[in-house]
Amino acid sequence: MPESAKTVREISFHVTRYNPENDRAPYIKTYTVPVHEGMTVLDGLHYIKENLDPSLAWRYSCRMGVCGSCGMLLNGHPTLACNTQILHIANADLTVAPLPNFEIIRDLVPDLAIMFDKHRSLKPYVVRTDEAEINDPAGEFYQSPEDLEAYLQYTYCIKCACCMAACPTLATDARYLGPMPLAAAQRYNEDTRDDGRRERNRQTGRAYGAFRCHYAGECSRACPKGVDPAKAIQHLKRRLVLDYLHLSRRKKPCAKLHGPGQGKPLPNIPAAPAKTA
Amino acid sequence: MRETKYWTWHMAAGVVIFFLLGLHMLIMHLGGTTHLFAPFGGEAVSKVNSVFRDGRLFFTVTYILLLGVALYHGLYGLRTILFELTLKPIVEKLVTFVFVVLGLGLFGLGTWAAIVVHAIAKTGARG
Repeated sequence: MPESAKTVREISFHVTRYNPENDRAPYIKTYTVPVHEGMTVLDGLHYIKENLDPSLAWRYSCRMGVCGSCGMLLNGHPTLACNTQILHIANADLTVAPLPNFEIIRDLVPDLAIMFDKHRSLKPYVVRTDEAEINDPAGEFYQSPEDLEAYLQYTYCIKCACCMAACPTLATDARYLGPMPLAAAQRYNEDTRDDGRRERNRQTGRAYGAFRCHYAGECSRACPKGVDPAKAIQHLKRRLVLDYLHLSRRKKPCAKLHGPGQGKPLPNIPAAPAKTA
Repeated sequence: MRETKYWTWHMAAGVVIFFLLGLHMLIMHLGGTTHLFAPFGGEAVSKVNSVFRDGRLFFTVTYILLLGVALYHGLYGLRTILFELTLKPIVEKLVTFVFVVLGLGLFGLGTWAAIVVHAIAKTGARG
């Protein structure tokens, strides 16, 4: 804690503890944390670990809302611990729990493996038939700013699993693919460089795919990065139906620009360095 | 993709139900003002008005269509709700099988009833 930071208030952290090796069920342990202006929940957890209880476990990495590691349930809302200031959400008490809808590995660490398995099953990457070009690109793919706009917001997803924790459908049915993987599928479906939509449709159009979503919209409300997975899923449903009815316009993936100078780089951008391999 | 097919027809059935139930409301519940397909006056559900409608092919086809789409829409919706109870795959298959048999059975029974009533109404009109 910096010396200049004055303690404003003491806050009781009610933290869910669980060690599957010793505990039969999760329980809540309370810690009193001196809080100053600007202190995040992640800082509070560090204070507990350094001063009160070194056995507390949680997951974190970047400390600035980029890596998506520290998603947890704060006062009942799934969000990032590093991105949430304590005094913004708590007066005297703060409950800190692991993200629901996942198994707990320990304390505040959820097991996200199932989410990444689902994510992987939807081919979250650009799929093209010209594989040689993917592996050894000889040019740039042309994509207009409008093309980019169609999927840009979904690229902001940091896979923190807050949307998965907020989803009421996933709470009752663990087989549902969930908002994060489905939004990722929509992100690549909308990418004009991609040609893998029909492959993804086989997964997203299954019984536990997009049609399981009831549009509660909690995923979009929970997302700390402002992504709208609920919207992505509705677009995904529409595309699935149009593809089934053969009403979608068949578009070839965007063309490649051959050789330098065909694209229009923005001014004042230095040239790329020469290829080294 | 099979679920996409089911879902698409579920939505289409919903749209058909919307129009057919609109027609039903117009005939049955606004009959006092519209007198639509109730040429003998009085209540739309009176026997003479019912026989008049039952004897028309348009209504027989409409009854059967409404029965089909309502059964499909309702049973698919119920199946979706049941599936969210996280049933075992074998139970899900059983639920689907029971609903298909139930739906086809009710549809067959309703279709038979509509056709028989149509035939009786036609005979009554002639006799």
